Amino acid sequence: MTKKINLTIDGIHVGVDEGATILEAASSLNIHIPSLCYHEDLCVAGNCRVCVVEQENSKNLPASCATPVAEGMVILTNSMKVRMARKHIVELLLSEHNADCTKCYKNGLCELQGLASQMLTGDHLFLDLVPDKKYTIDMFNTAIIKDDSRCIRCQRCVRTCEELQSVSALGVAHKGNKMKISTFFEHSLFEVVCTNCGQCVNRCPTGALIERNYIDQVWDAIYDPGKHVVVQTAPAVRVALGESLGMATGRIVTGKMVAALRRLGFDSVLDTDFTADLTIIEEGHELLTRLKKALVDKDPTVSLPMFTSCSPGWIKFIEHTFPDYLPNLSTCKSPQQMFGALAKTYYAQKRKLDPKNVVSVSIMPCTAKKFEANRPEMRSSGYKDVDFVLTTRELGIMIKQVGLDFEALPEEKFDSFMGSSTGAGVIFGSTGGVMEAALRTAYEIVTGREVPFEGLNILPVRGTEGEVREATIKIEKVKPEWGFLEGVELKCAVANGLAHAKTIMQNVRDGKANYHFIEVMACPGGCLGGGGQPIPTNKEIRTKRKAAIYQEDMGMPIRKSHENPEIVEIYKEFLEHPLGHKSHELLHTSYTPRKRY
Amino acid sequence: MSEQTLKRVDLIFGEYSNEKYKVLATSLERTNEDILTDLLESGLRGRGGAGFPTAMKWKYAAEAPGDEKFVVCNADEGEPGTFKDREILYRVPRKVFSGMAICGRVIGAAKGYIYLRGEYKFMVPELKKELESYHEHIKELGLDFTIEIKMGSGAYICGEESALFESMEGGRGEPRNKPPYPTTSGFMKKPTVINNVETFVNVVMIMRLGPDQYKKLGTSDSRGSKVFSVSGDTPIPGIYELELGMPLDRFVDEFGDGDTKAVQVGGASGFCVPRKKFNDTVIGFEGVPTGGSMMIFNSSRSMYNVLHNYLEFFEEESCGQCTPCRVGCQQLLKGIVAVKKGEKKAVYLDQLMKLSESMKITAKCGLGQSVANSFSSIVNNFKEEMIY
Repeated sequence: MTKKINLTIDGIHVGVDEGATILEAASSLNIHIPSLCYHEDLCVAGNCRVCVVEQENSKNLPASCATPVAEGMVILTNSMKVRMARKHIVELLLSEHNADCTKCYKNGLCELQGLASQMLTGDHLFLDLVPDKKYTIDMFNTAIIKDDSRCIRCQRCVRTCEELQSVSALGVAHKGNKMKISTFFEHSLFEVVCTNCGQCVNRCPTGALIERNYIDQVWDAIYDPGKHVVVQTAPAVRVALGESLGMATGRIVTGKMVAALRRLGFDSVLDTDFTADLTIIEEGHELLTRLKKALVDKDPTVSLPMFTSCSPGWIKFIEHTFPDYLPNLSTCKSPQQMFGALAKTYYAQKRKLDPKNVVSVSIMPCTAKKFEANRPEMRSSGYKDVDFVLTTRELGIMIKQVGLDFEALPEEKFDSFMGSSTGAGVIFGSTGGVMEAALRTAYEIVTGREVPFEGLNILPVRGTEGEVREATIKIEKVKPEWGFLEGVELKCAVANGLAHAKTIMQNVRDGKANYHFIEVMACPGGCLGGGGQPIPTNKEIRTKRKAAIYQEDMGMPIRKSHENPEIVEIYKEFLEHPLGHKSHELLHTSYTPRKRY
Repeated sequence: MSEQTLKRVDLIFGEYSNEKYKVLATSLERTNEDILTDLLESGLRGRGGAGFPTAMKWKYAAEAPGDEKFVVCNADEGEPGTFKDREILYRVPRKVFSGMAICGRVIGAAKGYIYLRGEYKFMVPELKKELESYHEHIKELGLDFTIEIKMGSGAYICGEESALFESMEGGRGEPRNKPPYPTTSGFMKKPTVINNVETFVNVVMIMRLGPDQYKKLGTSDSRGSKVFSVSGDTPIPGIYELELGMPLDRFVDEFGDGDTKAVQVGGASGFCVPRKKFNDTVIGFEGVPTGGSMMIFNSSRSMYNVLHNYLEFFEEESCGQCTPCRVGCQQLLKGIVAVKKGEKKAVYLDQLMKLSESMKITAKCGLGQSVANSFSSIVNNFKEEMIY
């Protein structure tokens, strides 16, 4: 049992576990100490100093986030001394910060602004330092904008990039008054190892790191009478959008989201889950084909393990960091890009539309999807397959812009076709979901029976945050045409967060792991913790979103991709068969090796 | 001017014993407890400026659990106006190595590092030659304790112990949160004793003389002697070993040019003492402590310029990680300029004074907590020079 430490905070006695910080101890008493650089997901920095408190018999004010409790400690969180010091610190941060709030994308959502309003900093105690600075704004990237003039140097982004993602695209450069958060040789984010995952955007307390927003372009398309605007919504959006609009965390808002999109004026409201199901069919067959080549044909050129390719942050990561493993990536495009390619081909044909007048918009929990949509290879329809990618947050803003009372909206259904989905498509939004969906289908193709798990819930592959999940599924009593798989133990691994992806990759490279199939999602918890999701994020929030996703899966009448009637139909009408000629043209892609520097 | 009012001492720079590493050899024959008892008895406090009792530091590290421990000699010597460690390492390196080796034995470390200021690169060949001889002797003495030199890269902040460890580990020189302290989590997160160059030499002196003899020098709070770097408006700038606890007026009598207006004690992060306070200021831990820097200013100097210079230094040399130090320094500098130019009213200095108080109590590291010392002491004592 952990030792209890007794201390007094603002006159209240409290016992907390040894090793807890003063901030945590105060929080257990519902005393909220303001902070900025502190973030639950990250290691303690203790550099903004906003959370200082007074400690009896100590001349200095310790930072409560960085100071462990000690027996008999007497702490004051709001003494005169503390209030003065805290106000000074916030004033200092403001003096270095471009506080042009009405021009800032984070206006109203900025943590520094919140503190400034709490502390009534209107009197501007100190001189404005901003005119002396040569701040730069990096606007060259398609996904993320970095504005140094709004940076308060809390280093949350640096810690995110290094600890959670092991990418280290962002780092601290220079010292003293010139100290800044920078990239390798201060290149633009599009020229460095940045994966566009947006985890830094999720954690930036101010407007220094934001997504590049395409809201106005989407409005232009909607108001253009000559354009037919289709919108697709990713699985993880429906369990988080409510948070942007004042609803409780973990609420499933699929129906309201569809209603809202319709009212915003989109011509057709469709579902990325449909192409998630399609991905499963294509990727499942690709895996089985690779296994056949390896096991029957003994083809030495076949690349196993096969990696999933749905997460564009992961794709850019592997292109930079493990380019020699690109042949192991599934050639399947992500569901977003499959959807885009079909929207301007299959969908346009069926609706008798000229594809050049179709504008395809996607709502994604992701900032990397913006980059993905702009890849040169993502034009297989002959046009840009996905014209604009909006994050969950941007959709939240659009809904607010038109003054919809989101919570009061009725529940509506997706349009058809390319609007029907299954539980398998839904769980793409969580780590382990692609693996589970793929197994539900692949096992059945091979054996003719459902996966041997209660209620189709393949719990062993349901990823857990902060760890690499491994599972082995034994394939038995196969159909005759899959005889070569009889008795094969399919070894799978699931990772979320690029730091864990790196661990898996190193194990694979070192020959320590012999998996067949690996699912990687770039963000902690998978897409539900994506860089485009509502802010704030932390483990508790992500856990609630995850529960909502699996609840949505359980509530779906169909829970296996290959049983999606629209999927059956599209193969009959258009694609013919999995991995067929049309599939290769529209649904598969290739990758680009990139350098670290 | 009275003759020889200050007791000049010749301990640190005193000649080596006849036999190479004799003090080390005799010390190693004693038990760790004996050595710690002597150190405690001697009252030795760290010579880097902060004055932490050396015996306690060693004891904590010796008691800290851990299979690997380190001894680090802080020779970063970045404080403006300090140049005594260079001289010590140049003239009596063997005493430094001996002190480190004794520490290694006491705390159970097999590895020592000298973190040498980047600008002192020229000393490396000499030091390496001396280290070769040391390593031969230590082998003969049967102690497993090797010493290696690590070069700094010129950042002032890396003199702060935890930033120094970060730098040694190849990271960016940024101070860590404390606790944990170096004695439990220092270099490579292992228990580490980090002492100033001069502290290690003092240990050797105590081992040679015994605590009673050593204690005869100094006051009850500040035992022993100290090497001072004397600079500024003095006819005799240089390095002097003086007894601790001396009154500042006598120091000025001996080193000043007869027109001394102020002495900056302890470098840019130290305190400025004006003439009117010379006679009731003691140089030592009970009065104004110093890592060795004594800068003398005569009446031809503008204290505004002196402060401006210090603040410019800190504005650039703050690591930039914590708000009070990074932004505070910029505000103090810009603030005094604005007052001088008349862009801000003189009362703005009061506002800055409050800010300097906040900086002292909220900054993350020892440096950040002391950068405002020169500001508050100069502005308090020379306010008119700041305004007119």
